[in-house]
Amino acid sequence: MSSVTHQIHRDDYGSRMGMWLFLFTELILFGGMFIVYAVYRFIHQQDFHLAAQELNTTIGLLNTIILLTSSMTMAMSITAIQKGNKKLAIALVIITILFAFGFMVNKYFEWSAKIHHGIYPGSPDLLSKPEGQILYFGLYYVMTGLHALHVIIGVTILVFNVVYLWTGHTNSNYFVKLENAGLYWHLVDLIWIFLFPLFYLIH
Amino acid sequence: MNTQAKVTEEKNFFQQSTNKYTGIGSWLLTVDHKRIGILYLFSMMTFFIVAVIFGFLIRLELIAPGKTIMEPQTYNQLFTLHGIIMIFLFIIPGLPAVFGNFMLPIMIGAKDVIFPRLNLFSWYLFIAGGLIAVVSMFLPGGSADTGWMFYVPYSIRTTTNVIPALTAAFILGFSSILTGLNFITTIHRMRAPGMSWFKMPLFIWSLYATAWIQILATPIIGITLLLVSIERWFGVGIFDPALGGDPILYQHLFWIYSHPAVYIMILPAMGMVSEIIPVFARRTIFGYNFIAFSSIAIAFFGSLVWAHHMFTVGMSDTAMFVFSFLTFFVSIPSAIKVFNWVSTLYKGSISADPPLLYALSFIFQFAIGGFTGLMIGVLSVNIHLQDTSFIVAHFHYVMFGSTGFGIFAAMHYWFPKMFGTMYNKKIANWAWAITTIGFNTLYFPMFIMGYLGMPRRYYDYLPEFHTYHLVSTIGSWILILGLIIMFANLIKGMRNKKDVAPMNPWGGVTLEWKVPSPPPMENFHEIPTVTTGPYDYSHYELAGKETK
Repeated sequence: MSSVTHQIHRDDYGSRMGMWLFLFTELILFGGMFIVYAVYRFIHQQDFHLAAQELNTTIGLLNTIILLTSSMTMAMSITAIQKGNKKLAIALVIITILFAFGFMVNKYFEWSAKIHHGIYPGSPDLLSKPEGQILYFGLYYVMTGLHALHVIIGVTILVFNVVYLWTGHTNSNYFVKLENAGLYWHLVDLIWIFLFPLFYLIH
Repeated sequence: MNTQAKVTEEKNFFQQSTNKYTGIGSWLLTVDHKRIGILYLFSMMTFFIVAVIFGFLIRLELIAPGKTIMEPQTYNQLFTLHGIIMIFLFIIPGLPAVFGNFMLPIMIGAKDVIFPRLNLFSWYLFIAGGLIAVVSMFLPGGSADTGWMFYVPYSIRTTTNVIPALTAAFILGFSSILTGLNFITTIHRMRAPGMSWFKMPLFIWSLYATAWIQILATPIIGITLLLVSIERWFGVGIFDPALGGDPILYQHLFWIYSHPAVYIMILPAMGMVSEIIPVFARRTIFGYNFIAFSSIAIAFFGSLVWAHHMFTVGMSDTAMFVFSFLTFFVSIPSAIKVFNWVSTLYKGSISADPPLLYALSFIFQFAIGGFTGLMIGVLSVNIHLQDTSFIVAHFHYVMFGSTGFGIFAAMHYWFPKMFGTMYNKKIANWAWAITTIGFNTLYFPMFIMGYLGMPRRYYDYLPEFHTYHLVSTIGSWILILGLIIMFANLIKGMRNKKDVAPMNPWGGVTLEWKVPSPPPMENFHEIPTVTTGPYDYSHYELAGKETK
């Protein structure tokens, strides 16, 4: 029965193209959220302005730096494997994963501080605020939460890629999986670059 | 025939598996696009039959005013499930997932799609979504009663199982995105040598346009349905007017996907008709480039008209004017297609086989569905007809009368290729006549009563509408009779081992007719080189001239 193995067509360009198309869908997924944000910001300018002052810009900035640096280590690991340096590539992906953990730890402290202050969806404190602020924090939790979910998915993909590098499945001749993981990771980074000013910086 | 004799010795894709398993495992773990297409076909048809039964019950309830067979709550749940199943599990995956999967690689001269494992994963997502939708019926609380549009704020407030239904739609959307992604990349990367963009069959063009809509529009419904779920879980307020949210914003986001989704449904069927017409008229298709570009134009303009579903919610007059104008614009590429099909038939040597008959029904019903679409795109008329059964009739003419019949046409056209056997053509012709009559008897009265003021989705109605409802319900019985005959005939044809289908029963000239029926596992021993256009009937046309 298995005498004829189904030929798996290798096409690195095609794989990258598929990944880019998938990234389009991710951008549009967040695009829907950005539309919602834009509409409510337009309607409730004053409330958004006031609510934004409650966020901790320092933690946000720290997380931005962490993610940007992690994108750099990710890109470096691809260059490393292209040059055939397996150990360095693995080390760089692991560093990227550690940065992602750092991001999530910051996020955890940030959210728990908010929740500690009684600001979470449906809390009595939040419901006593004006509608615009309820919407601001609703969007804050949904959008950064969805982004954090993407960070977790990204870490999962990276862990798989460490295994691929380790076993030699990904090597200096075949590294499209690592490249695609890198593309995904840059997307996660990119979305944060928009979330950071929209929630933390615009007052 | 010599080739035929050689072909029968070769194992086809039913007999040869892509993995080491036999029996059910060879199907459930297959990465063969043809087997995945068959998996989609049978799962999709199962869902279709379930939704037809729901539709039948809804019509039966409406046969007379007052309560007939069910409670109002059951009625609401049935039309919701009818909508969810028909739209997300039948019409959207319909042609792309079944026939796109089976035929796309063969028609462009490839051995498989570019991401075969992703393809199988899409099918599992499809099944998961379908099961969640069906299971939600039996959970405490009952299935959703919101209508398939899940309009807020009711979908936030109702106690029925809205979240499973939303989850199902979300997962099915993901499946649809992955199929679209797979098809676009396959079309870009895997066309056989010589198959330039303008030598591709028109079905492939329509799948290409469809796949772009799937990729660009579906994420919006994904995030929107996710937000409704989050709203129900945590009450973040984004769509809840009590917390400052805007229900109209939900409607915008919903229709930003769901209007283009209408073109996800209709475009492949249009491509299907473009395949069938030249084959059965023995003529090169009229205006190939126009048909190809009109698919892209429909995909483009179709993405800009969503708010014509919302003319009565209170938008700005400028927005209404713009959306109404753009709606008229979509009719241009649609009409281009219809004119080209009819021109192809003109002076062709037509053989009225079942696939062509279904395709002709498509053109007839699409014309009615399309024109009534223009009527309700007019702002003033829309105010009168919004939320009446006129709308129900309109979209059933487009969705079922066009896409549904397109799917039936595809089933009859590619059946011999997929299963290697033939169905009874005479019975298929009868089934066509009965379904077409039944369909029109079922939905045409809805135009009239909708115009007279019968609201859609109502459980009860005034006695003056009784005659129309009665005729419509009788139509549903005729339609179902036709469907039973059609399915019975096809299933009998599948098990019929005597009537072996030849390689090219209809005289088609696209690549799928140059491989055996059913195709071998790898489709082609050697990737073909394409030199002529997809509908090159010059040999027929020349032969005709010589005899004169």
